[in-house]
Amino acid sequence: MKVLMFGWEFPPHITGGLGTACLGLTRGLLKHDTDVIFVVPKAYGDEETGNMQLVNASDIEVDFRHALYGDLWKRVEYMEIGSNIIPYVSPEEFERLNTIEELKSQETGNSVLSKRYTFSGKYGANLLEEVSRYALIASAVASKKEFDVIHAHDWLTYPAGIAAKKVSGKPLVVHIHATEFDRTGENVNTLIYEIEKQGMMEADRVIAVSNLTRQICIEKYGIPEDKLVTVHNAVEPVEKELDRLGQRNVKEKVVTFMGRITFQKGPEYFIEAAKKVLERDPNVRFVMAGQGDMFNKMIKRVARLKMADKFHFTGFLKGEEVDRMLAISDVFVMPSVSEPFGIVPLEAMRSNVPVVISKQSGVSEILKHAIKVDFWDVHALADAIYGLLNYPSVSTMFRKYGKEEVDSLKWENAAEKVKQVYQSIL
Amino acid sequence: MKRSICLYFQIHQPFRLRTYRFFDIGADDHYYDDYQNRYLIRRISEKCYLPANATLLNALNNIEEDFKVSFSISGTALEQFIKYSPEVIASFRSLAETGKVEFLAETWAHSLAALKSKSEFETQVKKQAQLIEQYFGQKPVTFRNTELVYSDDIAEMVAEMGFKTMLTEGAKHILGWKSPNFLYSSADEPKLNLLLRNYRLSDDIAFRFSNQAWSEWPLTADKFSDWLNMIPSNEPVVNLFMDYETFGEHQWAETGIFDFLSALPYSVLKNTDFAFRTPSEVSEILKPVSSVFVPYPISWADEERDLTAWLGNEMQDEAFDKIYALAEKMQKVTDGKLLSDWYKLQSSDHFYYMCTKWFSDGEVHKYFNPYNSPYEAFINYMNVYSDFVIRVDNYFNENPIEGVLEEKIDEVFSLGKEITNELKKKARKVKNDLMKEFAEDKQKIKEIDFDELWQKSDKEIKKFINSLDMQTLLASLNDMGEDVEVRVKSLLNNENKKKFIEFKDNVRKVSKQKINASKKMISDLWNQIDKS
Repeated sequence: MKVLMFGWEFPPHITGGLGTACLGLTRGLLKHDTDVIFVVPKAYGDEETGNMQLVNASDIEVDFRHALYGDLWKRVEYMEIGSNIIPYVSPEEFERLNTIEELKSQETGNSVLSKRYTFSGKYGANLLEEVSRYALIASAVASKKEFDVIHAHDWLTYPAGIAAKKVSGKPLVVHIHATEFDRTGENVNTLIYEIEKQGMMEADRVIAVSNLTRQICIEKYGIPEDKLVTVHNAVEPVEKELDRLGQRNVKEKVVTFMGRITFQKGPEYFIEAAKKVLERDPNVRFVMAGQGDMFNKMIKRVARLKMADKFHFTGFLKGEEVDRMLAISDVFVMPSVSEPFGIVPLEAMRSNVPVVISKQSGVSEILKHAIKVDFWDVHALADAIYGLLNYPSVSTMFRKYGKEEVDSLKWENAAEKVKQVYQSIL
Repeated sequence: MKRSICLYFQIHQPFRLRTYRFFDIGADDHYYDDYQNRYLIRRISEKCYLPANATLLNALNNIEEDFKVSFSISGTALEQFIKYSPEVIASFRSLAETGKVEFLAETWAHSLAALKSKSEFETQVKKQAQLIEQYFGQKPVTFRNTELVYSDDIAEMVAEMGFKTMLTEGAKHILGWKSPNFLYSSADEPKLNLLLRNYRLSDDIAFRFSNQAWSEWPLTADKFSDWLNMIPSNEPVVNLFMDYETFGEHQWAETGIFDFLSALPYSVLKNTDFAFRTPSEVSEILKPVSSVFVPYPISWADEERDLTAWLGNEMQDEAFDKIYALAEKMQKVTDGKLLSDWYKLQSSDHFYYMCTKWFSDGEVHKYFNPYNSPYEAFINYMNVYSDFVIRVDNYFNENPIEGVLEEKIDEVFSLGKEITNELKKKARKVKNDLMKEFAEDKQKIKEIDFDELWQKSDKEIKKFINSLDMQTLLASLNDMGEDVEVRVKSLLNNENKKKFIEFKDNVRKVSKQKINASKKMISDLWNQIDKS
């Protein structure tokens, strides 16, 4: 079987969980004799492709004589809006994306009738334009390649998936990693909502990363239940030497929050819980790693609670720093208000760190060896942290079984479910 | 007699902190951005301190009687001059040698200790005054606090330390209708004379000089003299206080600020009935006309002339309270490096960088500011602070002798009737033994008079210290502070330097052994008390 897959990013050029999930899934599919043609807006040449075929959308020429393009081309025009839209990026920060990774794209084709377009593959001000152009490219790819099914990840690639389906007549699967409601709370961008809804409607099957997300698709987008399948994410087995990284220089235990510092992630509950823990146990340091629009507000709150000598901010951590942070942590906390899945707790458990997660996260549906609390229940959160820090038997147990549990969450198994979805619509 | 103009310049540079990450806490005790500090000191030296000093020296040499100036130089600035641009020290020395320059006292780190801890404040002022005496050969008699911060409470401490005169801001809200152009005295300390800054005329030079939108632009020395002539003839003194960086940094050389500075003394002396005098002279020849009440601290900063540039928002208050929570403990510390960091972390600049009132005075606040936002400044400072606390705790765990030892033994005595006479005797013996041992150690130190030594030429100093036994030298350097040690080290030849470092490591080892031995003595004593 062969899948034409559309994704916005692919490791190592990722801004968050989406790219990592795509890599895991394609690797898993290859193990189940399923070949993948993966189309990214911009390929850098150093991606971990393995046996997969990676197509760089920037290399594809579009022939404007094709009748279909007329329609799509119109959309390119009207979608040019300045926007601050981020797709599923975690634990990433959008301010940084907009300032550092300036979106630069340009038309590079030279023929009058066929055009090549160089994508930035980033998330910038004219993201929507890139999304539409990407759909143009998708139809060109679809008419040239052989495949059985189309698979599109998150709203950025839905127009591409739909276009490919129109050209080829092959069935379409869309994969929901996060919805507009997860990203923005209730201040939904209607344009993106429309794209998401259209994608789900036109698809033959919709895969959600958790039952929580599946429920949102039913309630907020009116998608028929029998079209929706839940496939939980997994995590790649650990490759790095953790011991080498894990040198802790402070004698206190370390409790870590890692993620965007935005409303969605519930940073303020972490701070309130930290205060309660410190009142009872001063031998703890709390660390908030990440950036986001609530960053300054959180710093002020910590200062007002007079615990800035025990509560530290690291700003945005990248690459090895993330592993290092996890390696020196004693407890990992994810108090998300709304989290479609949430892959970081799995990474923490993989590094032998016991985790406290909110019941409002998708990952809580599959984890047994984690403490689950309501995000708003600061007392329960504080209790859980205190317990893991002070009762060694509990944390030892969580560490041991948690590691086993997370090691059993293999992309291979997730991929098998995805393959079953493909088979059901062939 | 001619009326007085008092020219005073503030010189201060902090040790700016490097980017200090959470991961560094407990692992790295170097807190400063050496590269940036060196770059800034060298740049400001070349653009401001050296050319401005040359301009003033010229006038001091050419004008016989009526031209005098005064400076305050913070200890953090001095230490960095020694390290990064020693020619600045030399040029201030030549100013000092004219005998027409007064150096004022302030806190070593340009800190706000006066608001928090009397003993800390006094320690820093003494440390600073010593340094001024050592380098410029005069003992300061006039005081000016960091950024002219002043209140009745501060006046009391300053008077108690023996200063006769103090400088502060002629803030509108404390003077009301009164003019700053008189000598005043403190309300609580009538013997402490106050010189108040004429902020209009000072800021005409410091802030408005190059502002082309200003109706008086361009400002010339003659125009300034005209303004002085307009001051009612019964007002005897005009106090022009400003940052020295006004010349060449805040106002670039291209604006003509140096021409203004070099023309000013001649123009004033020719066209007006004013002469330039030092603060202590003014304080001597004038009688205070009235006293001023200042129950709440004032400063020369921003429109508000209060403390809100340094204190007031959550972050500033948290950082400020946390660092001074250590003050009492730090009084017992004798470790040079630890003390040096302690002072440097108190520099008011660290709190200034955390200021969030960007809108009115943002430009001034951004000057020389290494941070992009006050939030970053706060995070970075607290990370450094966290490491510092760990080091202080370690110090007290390793050094029960100094301070802590006495405390412990005094505790034994305070138990009173609950312990037997025999145990008391034992405790006294332990104490005496330990004290004797450390006294012996101290006697081994052959005192070298560094004050006298620095008066000699570099060549002579070099010859002298290289002739010493390195062990003696090391012992004498104890408690002299980092700046002296750095200077001495730089003058040693290679062989001696190696020896010096070797001895230093040795001393550390030996004192550790001693410490452990005394620790044991104390714990044995406690065990016996527990048993009885």
